[in-house]
Amino acid sequence: MFHSMTKNGVRLALFALGCTALVAVTDHFTRERIAGQSQKQLQQTLGELLPAQLYDNDLSASCVQLRLPELLGDDLPHPVYIARKGETVTGYIVESVAPQGYSGAIRLLTAVTTDGKISRVQVLAHRETPGLGDKIERSKSNWIDSFTGQALMGDPDPRWAVRKDGGMFDSFTGATITPRAVVKGVQNVLLLLQQHAQELTQAPACQETP
Amino acid sequence: MSDSEFKASGQLADIAKQGLWKNNPALVQILGLCPTLAVTTSATNALGLGVATAAVLMLSNLAISLVRNWVPNEIRIPVYVMIIAALVTCVQLVMNAYLYDLYQALGIFIALIVTNCVIIGRAEAFANRNPPLLALFDGLMMGLGFTLVLLVLGGLREILGQGTLFAGAEQLLGPWAAGLKIELFTADSGFLLAILPPGAFLALGFIIAIKNLIDARLSRRTLRVKAQVERARMTTL
Repeated sequence: MFHSMTKNGVRLALFALGCTALVAVTDHFTRERIAGQSQKQLQQTLGELLPAQLYDNDLSASCVQLRLPELLGDDLPHPVYIARKGETVTGYIVESVAPQGYSGAIRLLTAVTTDGKISRVQVLAHRETPGLGDKIERSKSNWIDSFTGQALMGDPDPRWAVRKDGGMFDSFTGATITPRAVVKGVQNVLLLLQQHAQELTQAPACQETP
Repeated sequence: MSDSEFKASGQLADIAKQGLWKNNPALVQILGLCPTLAVTTSATNALGLGVATAAVLMLSNLAISLVRNWVPNEIRIPVYVMIIAALVTCVQLVMNAYLYDLYQALGIFIALIVTNCVIIGRAEAFANRNPPLLALFDGLMMGLGFTLVLLVLGGLREILGQGTLFAGAEQLLGPWAAGLKIELFTADSGFLLAILPPGAFLALGFIIAIKNLIDARLSRRTLRVKAQVERARMTTL
């Protein structure tokens, strides 16, 4: 009895060791490539958000961290990528969260040029209802492009709402909460750039993302 | 077990029949329902998960068959769980490094494979009592059977819910696959029930019913053929 327990325990430990070793070896050989891939992916995503003639720096490398729970949507520090042409700042790409989605937070990437106009918005992640709320994805509909070229006129700007609430953005049949949350989230990014531009120049640089 | 070629080929055919139809993991064993129902909102997603599951199933069947003589019966379940988890993690890492687009398209589905009972089910029912190559073939056939059902289910739900088939296939198969998309009708918000979770249960139910119907008809036909043969024999008497 005691003998078989020891024997099985030792075997189990050996298998655990073997499996862990397998994962560790795979991790060791793929780690560098995976980091490179996600870096490349980030550069590609950022590159699509601003017109190429606007900047000549590496967007993914010129990044500061900002913590502003009321405008960025949650307590965590969020990266803000700064586009520069030569020495002049030409635009910002802000990663933020729209917390009031129908099924939780919607993560957004909003690119704004220095004249306060939106260049492009991209939904990074969401859990909205397939077939209804997921039309905020660019691959499902072009709704998200209706932000392009818009700016805040006055504070508050009543046009920054869905049409149902008297604003200028369409909502989808059967889903008002999702577009409402995204409009609010994007509007908050514009407010942040208006009200906290000073803080951006003093914000700490991004740490290496894990 | 003798290794005569005739017997081996019969065995292979039997394994194939079991995996693809008679003992199909999704339709008969009803294993792995969680990823099956959650992921099959489109044909592309279904295909992606099916292929990834088949790959893990083949690897795990092979690995478990290779170590089957060193695993005492009492600790086999924890050993299988460790092997499967380690394999899924490795597959995930390798895909992340070398097949980045596919990895992006499949996302959480890959990690979900660990929870798929088909894999531990085949380990228990087949791989731990058969030689490695047979176990590998069983993994291939079971994986293929699983993939086909997923593809039918995903296609059905996508057609009903969105009016398209193979939308977004380019994320999975590369740019050439963009032409695979078939637009059957344009729906503003189609038959939504099909894409929502209840639609998955309903569609799977219908597919199982159709399979049972086909089986029933087949068995009736064989009965009739047998009866005719017997009658023919009687007349010759």
